[in-house]
Amino acid sequence: MGKYIVKRILITIPVLLMVTVFCFIIVNLAPGDPTDLYISENATEQQIAQMRASLGLDQPFPVQYFKWLLNLIQGNLGFSFASRMPVVDVLPSKIWATVTLMFSTLVVSYLIAIPLGIISARKQNGFVDNMITGVSFLGISIPNFFFGLALIYIFGLQLGILPTGGMETLGGNGGWLDRIQHLVLPTIVLAAFYCSNMIRYVRASMIDIFSENYMRTATAKGLKEKLILWGHGVRNAWVPIITVISTDIPKMLGGAIVTEQIFQWPGIGQWMISAINARDYPVLMAINLIAAVSVLFFNLIADLLYAAVDPRIRY
Amino acid sequence: MEEQLKFNPVSQKKIIEMEQLSQIQGISQNDDSYTKTIIKRFLKDKIATVSLIVFVLLTLIAIFAPVLAPYNPNQTVGFFEDAPSSEFLLGTDEVGRDVLSRLIYGARVSLTVGVLSVAIYAVIGTTLGLLSGFLGGFWDSAIMRLTEVFMAFPYFMVILVIVSLIGPSIWTVTFVIGILGWPMLCRLVRGEVMKVKKADYVQAAISSGYHTFQIAFKHIFPNVLTLILVNMTFGIATSIITEASLSFLGVGVQPPTASWGNMMSNAQSLTVLANQYWRWLPAGLMVLISVLSVNFLGDGLRRAIDGEVK
Repeated sequence: MGKYIVKRILITIPVLLMVTVFCFIIVNLAPGDPTDLYISENATEQQIAQMRASLGLDQPFPVQYFKWLLNLIQGNLGFSFASRMPVVDVLPSKIWATVTLMFSTLVVSYLIAIPLGIISARKQNGFVDNMITGVSFLGISIPNFFFGLALIYIFGLQLGILPTGGMETLGGNGGWLDRIQHLVLPTIVLAAFYCSNMIRYVRASMIDIFSENYMRTATAKGLKEKLILWGHGVRNAWVPIITVISTDIPKMLGGAIVTEQIFQWPGIGQWMISAINARDYPVLMAINLIAAVSVLFFNLIADLLYAAVDPRIRY
Repeated sequence: MEEQLKFNPVSQKKIIEMEQLSQIQGISQNDDSYTKTIIKRFLKDKIATVSLIVFVLLTLIAIFAPVLAPYNPNQTVGFFEDAPSSEFLLGTDEVGRDVLSRLIYGARVSLTVGVLSVAIYAVIGTTLGLLSGFLGGFWDSAIMRLTEVFMAFPYFMVILVIVSLIGPSIWTVTFVIGILGWPMLCRLVRGEVMKVKKADYVQAAISSGYHTFQIAFKHIFPNVLTLILVNMTFGIATSIITEASLSFLGVGVQPPTASWGNMMSNAQSLTVLANQYWRWLPAGLMVLISVLSVNFLGDGLRRAIDGEVK
């Protein structure tokens, strides 16, 4: 196991390096020049050249890349052109906001999806199963910007029972009830997709498991139905569930962009949109990099967890 | 006639060729019946059939948009932000354009981006997947590492950044989705190839000394085709949502070109959302209906191929 962990981490290193190169290339695809933003229109050629030199933009790309990488290793993610603050200083509050939203989405999704998926699998092709699969199809098909707007319209504007956006009431006392109220709608929007996706996975893997020999053996032994389900069935469903967690996290980071924008949620996604509008390259690079690194990290964790939950998987 | 054939080696060869041809036709007849079975199973599935009809209708709307649209979608034809009336069935937008006409033209954008982008990544993903699975060794691990690099970036996030940096338009959106969407399909095809590779007829082809590429594309490709088709259908749904979301955020299809996503951009303002339902509800429903129909279509196809429907 220890050998496997080391080997798995070693494989990740070249991928990680490629990811940094990729990040750098993406952001340098941009045709515009960031100096346009903070130099007045009547700046002289010399002033522009000076500005470029001070930002390091006059050097060749490979040099810029290695300088960036060197800074990165030292934990320096660059300087936000737009806010004129180090990216590292702004980052924690944005990550905190996004992680809060993702965490509540995951909790809600799993609390709903696992029981529904199991019920669906047990009543396969019955009325309840058809209802659950139908609704979960709706969940993966509804674009989150449309669902978000519809929820704001119904609960925020028509009924007026939930806030239309933000993380807390401006100038409010910042109590936990207020925060939870702000969390409800964006969580529903994000969970609609993950929950539906999850239900489909749980259902499919439970159906597979029900047809396994050990399940038939357990039934033939005369074990109680509940014991078979929880002792044999659900235990074996962990592998696909872990896969979904590790593949859903990157999807969730992407999906959170639109949702955060609609609900004015001050997280990574909203920050990214404003960085795009301001052509704030260091912020874009930093966000992409952090997202990619966290995805690689979760993949690693998932691979290690497989071995932990399923004794049949050995490396 | 027969005499001639006996003594003419060229004709002899022709007979063999004809025999081979009839054999191939025999195989293709089998293929026909296989396709027929799938179609039969598919049509027994009510939801799948309905979604096929909806999708065909959407395609017809997209093709005949100039005939169906009551007004020029890009021209000011009425007052600003007018509520639905007999003159403008779905009202007008912020510069007095007819919402219904824009909705009809929007079908063109959605379907073009959806189908074209998936076609691009299906070609890339299938080719790389076949190569990876068939060649194995160094090429396999190189291609797999490449998919890991691509998949490390959250799909929507990286598309958003690249499109916004190279300049948003319907073609850049299509192209970027096409360039970035292939890794999942590539891995799927690779996995399937690994399975098929062990089959006797492929082993036979290898030992008969057929060229690698010939085996990959002639023997293995047809076997993974159904898998690719199902994956492509779901891919179209994802691409339609991706385009709509990008356009909604202002980094996709740019006005005046109408896209269902950019038609809803203004509803980010609460006053528009609260008072002018016609500027977000119809466009949102169109995205939902098209994505839902494509997803059900894909699921119906999958179940018909798997034989879940009898």
